[in-house]
Amino acid sequence: MTAEPRTGTGHRRPAVGQYAGDRRRAWPYPRTALAMAAAAAAAVPFLVPPYPLYRVTLVLVYVVALLGLDLVTGHGGLISLGHGAFFGVGAYTAAILLAAGAPYPVTLPAAGLVAYGLGHAFGRPAVRLSGLYLAVVTFAVAVAVPPLIRRLAPGGAMGLPARTPGAPSFTGLDDDQWVYLLVLAVTAAAFALTRVVIRSTAGRALAALRADAGAAELLGIRPPATRAHAFAWSALYAGVAGCLFTWTTGFVAPESFTVTLSITLLAGLVIGGLGTVPGAVIGAVVVAFLPAPGLVSGLALIVVLAVAPHGVTGLARRLPSFLGKDRA
Amino acid sequence: MRRLALVALLLVSACRVTSAEVVVGGPPACAGQHADGLTPTTVRVGGVYPLSGPASAYGAVAQGAAAYFAWANARGGVAGRQVEFLVRDDGYQPARAVEEARRLVDSDRVFALFQTLGTPSTAAVRAYADRRGVPQPFVASGASDWGDAAHPWTIGFQPTYAAEARVYARHLLRTRPHATVAVLYQNDDFGRELLTAFEDAVAGTGVQVVARRGYEVMDADVQAQMAGLAASGAGVFLNVGTPKFAAQALAADAAMTTWNPLHLLNGVANTPSLVAGVGPAALRGVLTTGFYKDPVAWEDDPDVRTFAAAVRRHVPDADPASSQVMFGWTSAAAFAAALERMECPSREGLMAAARDLRDVEIGTLLPGITVSTGPGDPYPVEDLRVFRFGDSGWEAV
Repeated sequence: MTAEPRTGTGHRRPAVGQYAGDRRRAWPYPRTALAMAAAAAAAVPFLVPPYPLYRVTLVLVYVVALLGLDLVTGHGGLISLGHGAFFGVGAYTAAILLAAGAPYPVTLPAAGLVAYGLGHAFGRPAVRLSGLYLAVVTFAVAVAVPPLIRRLAPGGAMGLPARTPGAPSFTGLDDDQWVYLLVLAVTAAAFALTRVVIRSTAGRALAALRADAGAAELLGIRPPATRAHAFAWSALYAGVAGCLFTWTTGFVAPESFTVTLSITLLAGLVIGGLGTVPGAVIGAVVVAFLPAPGLVSGLALIVVLAVAPHGVTGLARRLPSFLGKDRA
Repeated sequence: MRRLALVALLLVSACRVTSAEVVVGGPPACAGQHADGLTPTTVRVGGVYPLSGPASAYGAVAQGAAAYFAWANARGGVAGRQVEFLVRDDGYQPARAVEEARRLVDSDRVFALFQTLGTPSTAAVRAYADRRGVPQPFVASGASDWGDAAHPWTIGFQPTYAAEARVYARHLLRTRPHATVAVLYQNDDFGRELLTAFEDAVAGTGVQVVARRGYEVMDADVQAQMAGLAASGAGVFLNVGTPKFAAQALAADAAMTTWNPLHLLNGVANTPSLVAGVGPAALRGVLTTGFYKDPVAWEDDPDVRTFAAAVRRHVPDADPASSQVMFGWTSAAAFAAALERMECPSREGLMAAARDLRDVEIGTLLPGITVSTGPGDPYPVEDLRVFRFGDSGWEAV
């Protein structure tokens, strides 16, 4: 390890786990691991008491939001400080629709589409500028949304209670188990969609832009359009996650979606590890269980970045080669 | 694949190991009712209070309730049951209140949510209480909403803000029938209800609301609002704020030498920390309302002495001279009265008892004021008296 490589390009490739977005295989049994994780996730609601189950459900909700944020930040190399706002917009869209008597299945696409539209509206002008401008514009969105909700949304500063999905009687499940399984299904779909998007032409174009924007442009990739699409998609994920949040908590209030949430999401993703699916999961655990931003979470962020600059995932990916003989 | 099948089999055979709710067998009239958190010798209740944040002055209410339960436990409990009282902090944020209520009910398995504090938090928790069928009795908020029959699990305690507004209106009509009034109000259900009821009560009389300014709970201060209200030159100033903002308004009023209205301080703002913070000079001549005995003015009253001794003994951190502590104590006494009157030992039984209290006397309420509910009367305390701040404390008018 001499010169620290900036990206994964060039013919001298760094060791596994040394840079974000590295897709080389580090763990030898991905299918088995995936199957076991799926089985464990499906078993959780039957083994865990109601309150911990609620917390686990929230972790899954944040996983969806972080998968979206990862599209922009991990794969696109841009910084968004506005995902808490899109999350809140999705949550409020769902809560307002539910209060108006809409059935649950409708609220999910509606929340996603509203957030997608807003993502396009804000992302399109912002991504024409360099990456930092996106951070500033999205930060402004995150700051503006809670007061807007307070003034305009039903319930105002008091917040808005919403119905939560009830389990159909034939399943014999408790309501919270049913909500967990719904959220799990959406999370699984979000995983699958992320894989498809990242491996698509557009996904590779996004990664190429991050690695070397000039070279990518020479190859015919249009940076603004590609990035704007990625941003809108990630807003859609955040909106869907917001809808799941409403399903889980049954209550939305403006102070749940302040700029703090946006920063926590970004910090969780960085701690978990950028550009990887496990990173989003670990990040979601961090978002759900780390205390509100303060001394503890600040120190945690610093420690992780000092010990593992590519997040917990990067650390874990380095483990096999570290234990084996072919140490880099 | 075989492992998956095994897990699937496990799931179908054992549908959740840990969730069995306690269902009453007992007398036929009570069969099938729910009694999580209640045994013949114990009852576990949970309260959610703003121990931190902008309304943390109300945290003392929890100390008063804790003192009451500790005092009752030392005397053999409430109807033979030792009360275990869990207190959680919501920072006066409704979303956190719901979260904490969920934790209390699902994780700590409390029998009832006694109590939630503040209109926003109570409204937020009410939806959850409805969904889970958990009693939320004697909430510390004076909104009229808690009498709503559509929410059978929630009931208020103190006189409603509308009742309080009518008392101010009556007082003004008697003493200053042609007053002009400026109103500062918190822009949420609490502030708007008091303002609206006041305006309704004085509509068509000589008393006129000539200016009103709202503020948000998240605002830093009310300087701008006070300047606007002072410009109206009204003869009466109605201060409808929570303690932090009411104190700012009192200080601003005292600092403005050009505007000297009669200052009406709403009851929920009347906390000891406010009195200590702004000082007796700024408070002299201010009017407020109350329904329980002020621990300082009623120092020699036997019930207040019991209260002060119990607070000193069981919750040494609390200030026995605090009216917020007294409020907590008094509402806890009402909760104990409902527990004692349960016919079925269940959540349903508790709500039935709370909705059927006939002129229950509580020593720390002002003389002549009782806790009283019944069919068609979901408001436990409905009477108020007017007080004026003299040289050092509140005096009956």
